[in-house]
Amino acid sequence: MKVSYNWLKQYVDVKLPAQEIADRLTMAGLEVKGSQTIGGDWEGIVIGQMIAVDKHHNADRLSLVTIDLGGEKQETVVCGAPNCAAGIKVAFAPVGSTLINPHTNQPEKLKPAKIRGVVSAGMACSEKELGVSENHEGILVLPPDAPIGKPLNEYLGDTIFNFEVTPNRPDCLSIIGLAREIAVLTGTNLHLPDLIYPESDRSITQDATVEILDPDLCPRYCASLITGVKIAESPEWLKKWLLSYGMRPINNIVDITNFVMLEWGQPLHAFDFTKLTGRGIVVRRARREEKITSLDGVERQLARDMLVIADKEQAVAVAGIMGGANSEVSDDTTSILLESASFKPTSVHYTGRILGMPSEACVRFERSLSPELTIPALKRATKLIAELGGGQAAKGIIDVYPGKQERKSVRITTAETKRVLGVEFTVDEVAATLNSLGFECQPNVSTGSVIAKAPYWRSDISIPVDLVEEVARVRSYDRIPTTLLAEPIPKHDPAPITGFKRKMRQALAGYGFQEIASYSMVGMDSLTRLSPQSKKPQPLPVRISNPMTIDQEYLRPTLRGNLLAALSVNRAFLEDGLRLFEAGKVYLPKDADLPDEPDMLCGAIAGRRGERWWQGDGEPVDFFDAKGIVEGLLAQFNTTARFDPANDESLHPARQAAVTIGGKQVGVVGELHPAVAGHFELPGGVYLFELNLPALVLHTGFMMYQPIPKFPATIRDIALVVDVTVPHQKIVDIVRAVSLVIDVSLFDVYAGEQVPAGKKSLAYRLTFQSPNRTLTDEEVNRVQQQILNRLVAEVDASLRG
Amino acid sequence: MIQRLEGLNQNALRELDAIKDTPTLEQWRIRYLGRKSELTGMLRGLADLPLEERKNAGAFANRIKAGLESAFEQKNGALKAESQSQVLRTGEAEAAHGDITLPGRPCPSGRLHPIMETYREICDIFVSLGFQIVESNDVELDYYNFEALNIPAEHPARDSMSTFWVDYENDRGERTMLLRTHTTCVSARVIHTMKPPIRVIAPGHVFRYEATDATHLPMFNQVDGLAVDKGITMADLKGVFYEFARRFYGPERRVRFRCDYFPFVEPGVEVAVECAVCHGGGCRLCGSSGWIEIAGAGMTHPKVLERGGIDPNEYTSFAFGIGVDRIPMLRYGIDDMRLFFGNDLRFLKQF
Ligand SMILES: [Zn+2]
Repeated sequence: MKVSYNWLKQYVDVKLPAQEIADRLTMAGLEVKGSQTIGGDWEGIVIGQMIAVDKHHNADRLSLVTIDLGGEKQETVVCGAPNCAAGIKVAFAPVGSTLINPHTNQPEKLKPAKIRGVVSAGMACSEKELGVSENHEGILVLPPDAPIGKPLNEYLGDTIFNFEVTPNRPDCLSIIGLAREIAVLTGTNLHLPDLIYPESDRSITQDATVEILDPDLCPRYCASLITGVKIAESPEWLKKWLLSYGMRPINNIVDITNFVMLEWGQPLHAFDFTKLTGRGIVVRRARREEKITSLDGVERQLARDMLVIADKEQAVAVAGIMGGANSEVSDDTTSILLESASFKPTSVHYTGRILGMPSEACVRFERSLSPELTIPALKRATKLIAELGGGQAAKGIIDVYPGKQERKSVRITTAETKRVLGVEFTVDEVAATLNSLGFECQPNVSTGSVIAKAPYWRSDISIPVDLVEEVARVRSYDRIPTTLLAEPIPKHDPAPITGFKRKMRQALAGYGFQEIASYSMVGMDSLTRLSPQSKKPQPLPVRISNPMTIDQEYLRPTLRGNLLAALSVNRAFLEDGLRLFEAGKVYLPKDADLPDEPDMLCGAIAGRRGERWWQGDGEPVDFFDAKGIVEGLLAQFNTTARFDPANDESLHPARQAAVTIGGKQVGVVGELHPAVAGHFELPGGVYLFELNLPALVLHTGFMMYQPIPKFPATIRDIALVVDVTVPHQKIVDIVRAVSLVIDVSLFDVYAGEQVPAGKKSLAYRLTFQSPNRTLTDEEVNRVQQQILNRLVAEVDASLRG
Repeated sequence: MIQRLEGLNQNALRELDAIKDTPTLEQWRIRYLGRKSELTGMLRGLADLPLEERKNAGAFANRIKAGLESAFEQKNGALKAESQSQVLRTGEAEAAHGDITLPGRPCPSGRLHPIMETYREICDIFVSLGFQIVESNDVELDYYNFEALNIPAEHPARDSMSTFWVDYENDRGERTMLLRTHTTCVSARVIHTMKPPIRVIAPGHVFRYEATDATHLPMFNQVDGLAVDKGITMADLKGVFYEFARRFYGPERRVRFRCDYFPFVEPGVEVAVECAVCHGGGCRLCGSSGWIEIAGAGMTHPKVLERGGIDPNEYTSFAFGIGVDRIPMLRYGIDDMRLFFGNDLRFLKQF
């Protein structure tokens, strides 16, 4: 909300610099999000009066103007503005002052100038040159009462604060509300406008009626009647304040309702009384199929639960949202029925949303405005209409108030201030603070308590801690000391996944992987690309009912799509090898319940094994790079996995493996299916691995120290010839099942001329060791023979050469 | 005997003199000083000699052995020195036509994402202050995101937290699942499920239905914190944040606590640190205020505790929420949030 400091000063005797006010309000909860200084650069510019306007002897369109600057001082300037006229008051800028250049919009120093032979001592400024508006049609004409010789800064200078009012303080969506805060925070006096006006002899109830049919949506409806009104332009002062807020003046009646809304925070509505059928107001829910034409001429369909203001026949306004064209104040209006009412915030909020008509009134009604606010606002506006519109106010007002509620008192103790804030405020401090805010207080020093009743405009106070905040914010949060939690640290039971995820990520960075981060929301398109046949995933992922874009319609059931997209974005770097991973949640739908959100780790490698280098480039990566990374990661957590054939449709059918630990699959590794690679515009040779971290973490963390062997190991190399279909893992399983074998490692694989067709040779290094003795050659020979026997029996192996 | 020893000694010394490399030297050592060497054999054979002869020959043989051993050590030292200077000479020769400014063999160096690293830094500080990390679902029940936090339906605060809803309706046709709009819902869950004393922090993604631009993303990052115990005050909240700011931003940066409003705390606080660029004077970065907002915080609203089954008359509590994304933006001068999720290596490789 943009508010002029000058306007605020009409209500509160404050002389502090604008920045100081902004700081104090900000600290106390009313944030000033920037401010705009008007006239800060008007050094030397003063108010002058044009006393003579003569034609320039060398140019038809220029005038020679004599300006009276007061105190016998006069200057002559050359002026080209069409609205130059003797008698008007203007802003005179002498040579050397700084003005906005209207062509470049940049501030410039006014240089001495000779215009067509005549020396100009300065100039009369336009609004644009002064930086107050974009208007450069003519010079700024000041009101006739502007004091000659006074610096313009003192007369027109202002600061416009941009307040960010929090939702709990609807009272501060008004000049008076803000002025009240300033008065409290600076210890100065608040002046409220006079609300007394002369009334006619004829009571309003003789001419108008108000009936509330739906009091649940309208706790209070007040109205006044003013007759003999003349619609006209508003006076300058009124227009000035509206303009300072950014509102365009329209006519005196509309301007007054707007002005009072800004001043008090209570929206008002003026009806042309003669256009109300039956001369009465009925507040009711809209009828079935009811329509209303708004002021912009658009016919709007109303819903049954919207509240309307109607006359005896039809809706004439939508409560709190907009007026109807049928009862609009026009140039020939003479009788005004002025509405000041209280509507249920949620109803106004809902109706405003449906009709799509945000307005200043709507913004205020949506917050809980006090029904008590209707009366002062109504009286203030009635008084202004009578004064400025030349009308006569009827006697009394109509006040229908079915929703009246007693304001409750809240008790606060000094002990409570200490309990919440860590510093105790005295009864005197509490009572004085609350009093200054308009609370009615009953302090009791002996019990250390204050019973406080909030003023009507504070709808946000209901429990003791609300009062604690009031005291703390007015007395400043700086009063609160700084302590570090003194209580013992609670017992903790951290989830193992948190630390595990972090270590995994660090390990991958150590392997040269770049971590990426991506949106949890994905498009169906990105998911179907993961299928070689572009099938939709089954089951369908969690859908968002109001996505921003179709690219963000689903919650990702896999990290793969985003990771491959990132790989694709960076494919220019493939030559140097790409290694990317993401660790994050996937979302797996569950019936009628929150989805499962396991943390997954997905990595991809592509291109070369290393960056290009001057002594030769790295080889392209292959399946065993990816598998080796997975094995390395698992080894860091003292666990090993089995790699069994798998059938993941995104991967190459023959080059993929399920990662299995303890009989449970915890991940997969493999080459990206060429069709899928194509969908992501990636070349072949992309390898992917994916690990389910919560499943994996179950197999980590527990580790017992193994003593360093005391007795020497015996090492034997054997080369086996087996059928090409026999997997290495099978041989390892057989060998490891034999006691005294502590390690078996493959060091060569060969198929070719040296072995028969359909066979391959596998060379292993076996390590034999006993924890309690040195093995003899004979013992090792015996075990080795045992191994060979089993290999012959189970995989038809033979020893090579 | 003596003659044999003398001859042996001379042969050995002559051969040693000619040796030019370590393997040959080792062969020499085995031949003349090893367990199966002639000398060792002769020393062993002394036992068969008559006493007088044994005495003389023994002393002589031991003298020769000691002499040979010392000659060996000397030669060994000389050969090692020669070999080292050889290495140095080779290096010099290479350097004459080599170029040490050529790039080294590339060693893969991965990096972690700046947002994830910021999470880590924040969490580490709070963990050291006795807070436990708690993670929870991104998809949350309407109840924990709003009602449990004192934000009933139609509360104006809901407007500022435009919500993504999950496409699901219960039997009564109500949407009950949403993408959490703040990590404060984790604190709400903790209040409902844990017993005081409690000190937790909850890092995680949050979601708002907002159009994407340089400073708004539909998904961003928060760390929420909660402490519940008997005797916790706003002074503790202040202390914890001064400590956090001191460690995270350094001891020189001033911290500001000002009144602010959030439905789930009372009193409410906005925590800000002095702008690192203008030091409070006001600049473009801090929106001319001189301060950078780092967290929303306050004393947990009694209704929020009560709803979760904690008696607000017995326990007090503070809660805070730290925006994560702005931290690396300000620290590295990043002016467009979208870069974080664009995953362009030209961006990510810089961190
Ligand atoms: Zn700054």
